[in-house]
Amino acid sequence: MLEYTAKIREIARGLLEKGTVDVFIGYRKGSVPMMNEPVLVTDPAQTDVLHWDSHCGLNLCNYLTKRTDRIGIVANGCNSRNIVTHIIENQVKREQLYIVGIPCTGMIDHRAVKRAVNGKEIKGVQENKDTFLVIGKDFEEKFAKKDFLQDNCSVCRHRNPVEYDEMVAEPVEEQEAEDVFADVKTIEKMSPSEKQDFFTQLISSCIRCYACRNVCPLCYCPTCFVDESQPQWVGKSIDPVDTMTFHLLRAFHCAGRCTDCGACERVCPVAIPVRQFTKKLNKDTLELFQWEAGLTLEQRPALDVYRVDDYNDFIL
Amino acid sequence: MKGRLFTKKEWDKALRELSKSQKIFVPAKEKDFHNFTVLDNNMEPDFDFQNTRLSPKSIVFPQSERMFEYTLDETSPDAHILKEAPKDFPPQAVVGIRPCDAHAFQIVNVNFDNPEYKDPWWVRRYRATTFVGLGCNEPCSTCFCTSVGGGPFSEKGLDILLHDLGDRFLAKAITEKGIEFLDKIGSGKEASEQTLKKAALEAEAALGKISSSVPTDRLKEKTEIELFDAPFWEKIAFPCINCGTCTYLCPTCWCFDIQDEVFRKEGDRIRNWDSCMFPLFTLHGSGHNPREKKVQRVRQRFMHKLKYYVDKYGNGVACVGCGRCVQFCPVNIDIREVFELMNGY
Repeated sequence: MLEYTAKIREIARGLLEKGTVDVFIGYRKGSVPMMNEPVLVTDPAQTDVLHWDSHCGLNLCNYLTKRTDRIGIVANGCNSRNIVTHIIENQVKREQLYIVGIPCTGMIDHRAVKRAVNGKEIKGVQENKDTFLVIGKDFEEKFAKKDFLQDNCSVCRHRNPVEYDEMVAEPVEEQEAEDVFADVKTIEKMSPSEKQDFFTQLISSCIRCYACRNVCPLCYCPTCFVDESQPQWVGKSIDPVDTMTFHLLRAFHCAGRCTDCGACERVCPVAIPVRQFTKKLNKDTLELFQWEAGLTLEQRPALDVYRVDDYNDFIL
Repeated sequence: MKGRLFTKKEWDKALRELSKSQKIFVPAKEKDFHNFTVLDNNMEPDFDFQNTRLSPKSIVFPQSERMFEYTLDETSPDAHILKEAPKDFPPQAVVGIRPCDAHAFQIVNVNFDNPEYKDPWWVRRYRATTFVGLGCNEPCSTCFCTSVGGGPFSEKGLDILLHDLGDRFLAKAITEKGIEFLDKIGSGKEASEQTLKKAALEAEAALGKISSSVPTDRLKEKTEIELFDAPFWEKIAFPCINCGTCTYLCPTCWCFDIQDEVFRKEGDRIRNWDSCMFPLFTLHGSGHNPREKKVQRVRQRFMHKLKYYVDKYGNGVACVGCGRCVQFCPVNIDIREVFELMNGY
């Protein structure tokens, strides 16, 4: 995907020069390995900061919410699906956007890379087409990218953007993931008390920093329920019950909207696999409503409409 | 005293013995990273680490602390009377704290323990804590302690400084508290001149391994308003998602919020870490918030650390260069760049 960088710069420069857009949102190369920084470019001369590689695992749709200007934005499969969701939910208008489509081959799991070098400090990561070289103080190790994909990317079925104005390259082949929901099925088989233990353990290290919530483009409520204070809805300490309330309600709020972009999991400073909450709801909306978020602008989301043949087995 | 030598085995055994009579926090590996944990028989301390993911500030300043309790039961003679939540502050020790994090406790201490205010919980816990530091033989590439008044073997804020010599620790007591702690650990072996020389050379070498630096020399001479109105804040703030990663991982962020939690007729008054990144931060009872926008909150974080603190305490910046926010900011906002911008403006 490295070759996309030059193309992104060229497109962004053209768009800004012609005045097609007021701003361009993309990534610039990060100051530490395996991190890139979202950047807003307004000057065509500054478009050379734009960058793309396998560490662009945030969701830039997050930066579109309630903007009123004309925006150019890079979007791979999941990001484009969030943009579609944003448009449907009236957070931004399609006419405001110039979407530069990225055929995506997945993001590298930075934690897996650190594990692979036994936690030694990584000073640089050089990506090549299908491989990447990890450089440390007194070591260099080469890895195949396919073995280090983020978990969500390894089961992704929408690598190509669903909505775009221009593509930076030809679409990539979509993956036929064996079983997208294997992990969810394991949890579904647990007894209620085992599930309770599983999720309690899962979030035991949570520090309530809300990085998972804030990095997610779906979370744009003016006041999140955990931030309500008059009256207070949820305790703000690290009491496990309050922390669990936050995680469960956050997940439910994403039902039928989550594109499994993995940003929440990627950014957690204490490495909680928070997708274990949202994935179950993705599975349910797919199985019960044949719905995957953000694939089309033409249809209202599953939880947004009533159909007489909707799944209703839960009604007693 | 110049230094005592302990084999790592002796050290581990002595710590475990001491942990029976007092709380000892040690770095331990959990998942892919280290954090400070109370030493007990079910866990293995791991001193082979660069730094803990969370700073050890919670050992003195817990993320959530019950301050008072009260009852709303009108039939009780104590109805509506706040009573301090009972707790004690027995001696405890943090063993393996990095010099930057120990320096941070000093920086925070001036806020919680000064002639004007004495925070009763901080003061008692801070004074009851012995800080046993572990010098950094291999600082990270994101460390910049030497630019902000510290160093990989700085003794600031420490009672004892340990030096990892491979199979042994060289322990140097710095304060009376440190001498007492070492006495409890055991005598060790007097370090030879040769060992001390080798250690000094290693410490010198570690200094040279610090590859990041930040400028601070011009922060004081600028007026607050100049920096407050500087044009770069929008740009710095753009990627920020206003999460609490930087503030919660930071060893010098001390802001807290006080909350009442009531269950039926029993209430607790709890103080929790707050974060200037959060929308509730400085939200007034009236609904007004002087820092309503993201850019205002981001500016507050950096102005507090690199300007307000500098001016108020004359004690340098409120940053110890541990690099946690640099490494773990989800969107890669790098405080080193902010130093450059503010100092160079």
